[in-house]
Amino acid sequence: MQGFMRTFLSRPAGGVGLVLLALVCLLAIVAPLLYPVSPWEMVGIPFSRPGENGMLLGSDTLGRDIAAGIVHGARVSILIGFASTATALGIGVLLGCIAGYAGGAVDAAIVRFTEIFQTIPSFVLAILFVAILTPSITTIILAIGLVSWPPLSRLTRAQVKTVSQREFVQAARCQGQSTISVVLRHVLPNAVSPIIVAGSLTVAAAILIEAALSFMGLGDPNFMSWGYMIGAGRTVIRQAWWMSVFPGIAILLTVVAINLVGEALNDTLNPRISRA
Amino acid sequence: MTDPLLSIEKLVVGLPAGADRSHAVDGISLDVNANEIVCLVGESGSGKSMTAHAVLGLLPKQVTALGGEIRFGGRNLLGIPPHEMRALRGNQIAMIFQEPLTALNPLARVGKQVGESIRIHGRMSDAQVDARVLELFGQVGLPDPASLVSAYPFQLSGGQRQRVMIAMALANDPKLLIADEPTTALDVTTQRQILDLIRNLQKTREMGVLFITHDIGVVADIAGRVVVLRHGKVVEQGLASAVLDNPENHYTRDLLDAVPGRGSVLAGSAKDAPLLEIRNLQKVFVTRQSFFARPRRVVAADGIDLTLNRGDTLAVVGESGSGKSSLARMVLRLIEPDAGDITFDGASVRAMKGEALRQFRRKAQIVFQDPYASLDPRLKIGESIIRGPMAFGASSADAVATATRWLEKVGLGANALDRFPHEFSGGQRQRICIARALSLDPVCLIADEAVSALDVSVQAQVLKLLSDLKAEMGLSMLFITHDLRVAREIADRIVVMQNGRIVEQAQACDLFEAPRAEYTRRLLDAVPGRDFFRRRALAGATV
Repeated sequence: MQGFMRTFLSRPAGGVGLVLLALVCLLAIVAPLLYPVSPWEMVGIPFSRPGENGMLLGSDTLGRDIAAGIVHGARVSILIGFASTATALGIGVLLGCIAGYAGGAVDAAIVRFTEIFQTIPSFVLAILFVAILTPSITTIILAIGLVSWPPLSRLTRAQVKTVSQREFVQAARCQGQSTISVVLRHVLPNAVSPIIVAGSLTVAAAILIEAALSFMGLGDPNFMSWGYMIGAGRTVIRQAWWMSVFPGIAILLTVVAINLVGEALNDTLNPRISRA
Repeated sequence: MTDPLLSIEKLVVGLPAGADRSHAVDGISLDVNANEIVCLVGESGSGKSMTAHAVLGLLPKQVTALGGEIRFGGRNLLGIPPHEMRALRGNQIAMIFQEPLTALNPLARVGKQVGESIRIHGRMSDAQVDARVLELFGQVGLPDPASLVSAYPFQLSGGQRQRVMIAMALANDPKLLIADEPTTALDVTTQRQILDLIRNLQKTREMGVLFITHDIGVVADIAGRVVVLRHGKVVEQGLASAVLDNPENHYTRDLLDAVPGRGSVLAGSAKDAPLLEIRNLQKVFVTRQSFFARPRRVVAADGIDLTLNRGDTLAVVGESGSGKSSLARMVLRLIEPDAGDITFDGASVRAMKGEALRQFRRKAQIVFQDPYASLDPRLKIGESIIRGPMAFGASSADAVATATRWLEKVGLGANALDRFPHEFSGGQRQRICIARALSLDPVCLIADEAVSALDVSVQAQVLKLLSDLKAEMGLSMLFITHDLRVAREIADRIVVMQNGRIVEQAQACDLFEAPRAEYTRRLLDAVPGRDFFRRRALAGATV
């Protein structure tokens, strides 16, 4: 574990990404302390420039504080990013494991099922899910999870297929261990590295999908989100650039941070790179 | 006497910090003259490959030559700039590698790959290069050179690929050929052909050959002079006949004694108490490249009949692709056979399901070939072993006690419990695998090439361990190997397989005395160093 952290932090990408991500998470945690008032509250004069009227990043068309929106939006983005990735991992790893380990007809059926999902553009599918299920934080998480699992499932299947051919897995079967124990204790731990990496990148993609959904007005109306802020500010971007630029920068930094962490994880978990 | 072709003097090669020793090669001196074969022999980790790689400047990044000289053609190869080294490589000095599959580019036609090595160094026109490639393919004994030049590596057998590698090495008429375990990955019969080929080419071209091997049998067959290495130091060197017939160093003697297949053949008992019976077993693997391509059929078992008696050891011998490993996996139901019956202790194995299959697998345990692949790299040794007994209801404390007992029995001790597989050598790992298998108290042990990946001396120890444990526990053993010498050490009965069929089945003593099948005779003749060891055995008998 110590060696793992050392390799991870020895990559510039890992250190920078982790610091950025920690900052975003910190913002999300301390949001109620920094801005105890709801970000929907109209606290100042509309169209205040950044720094005017005591608002650090200015206010929007209705006089809501942009800085408060960004800080509270961090909570939504982080929550949705991780929760929907967990959903996607749950579905993808489960199906991938079954397909890869069982093989044969089960495998073929699951792969075909995955391909159906892959042929539909995932964003369109996400819009459809949210529109049908009425927008709320739970349905958004569910929708993003439901469109993000196919690549994870395919990756898991490929990994499980190769690992379960290895002799130590056959040895475990010969030892009389049950199938579930073989898969959970021997196959998955040895297959998990690329899945973790792909999962970390899925977090970034989920945040982007959520932003896009909110931008289109399909966000949860009870939660301030970065995508919603950009969507609301886009009509006045020529008069008031700050309304969409600051949330945009927030999305950019978060996604870059997660991608950097993912990349560093990839290097660290890949023995051929980390040992060089 | 003229100057030697290659002269290595006091070569020291340093290893990176954290390796098991500070120097991979520690003051080695040796000469290779024109027109002779010098064998560099030693166990894995003795520094023999490092020496060879140092000659061509192919050492891995963290490994550096710290001192000494490598003189070739009047110059010290350790000091010359990279572009001059490139001009030498493949031109005056050529190399053949161990694994012919990975040493060829899988996406290029073999003729083109050989031609490339001529073009890089040569001044020939394209037509001349093509003619030269054809000539080389003829010389290395490839059938139908004209059509083989346009084949891809995957279309060739292992032996053919190694011939292509040799053709490539010979392309520019090198003065020195370095062969790094060129036959280790090959079957015995193919090994015999490649050895003959290298020896003939060496004679006709009057090359110097530095031949690296761990197999004393191979040394006895081809070497002019021998250099024995251990832990990066030269233990003994001299003319092959002198060193092999009168080894001065005890390590050389140990190496010679460790070669399997010289002890007396087990007499074998004629009792008739079948434990495992296989009747008319059939299995064909069908693979399809694409939906429309014609499926490729590989016959792994074609009407196999055999019987393993209680307390006996049955060796299944065959070359790679003969279906012997598939047989072991079918017995344990890791692969499902197409047809036939397998009866274990009176019960049909193929009909077993769920709990019955689990109980059967407990009684029939397997030890796999590759000790590096058959232990879960993320689990501690203790953990790997105790999961077996615990799967059959033992308490955690009991399972640990069982694991400890078996680890001690295979000579490792209880402190192995808390360590990870990568902390052990190949031989130790194989002991762990044996402990893991036996901790379930099986009545039948299937050893699938269990000693093939090990050095000869370690091989001898593991074979001894297996036969001791077998005698102590009254185990029956199905021992699968490609090496008749190993089978001779351990088997009561021997089954010889070829292309999924049994070609001969006999008591071990009968098989070695009077082989009936033509194929068995060919296998026996192909054993490296056969004449030498027969002479040695006779000499030993008269003393």
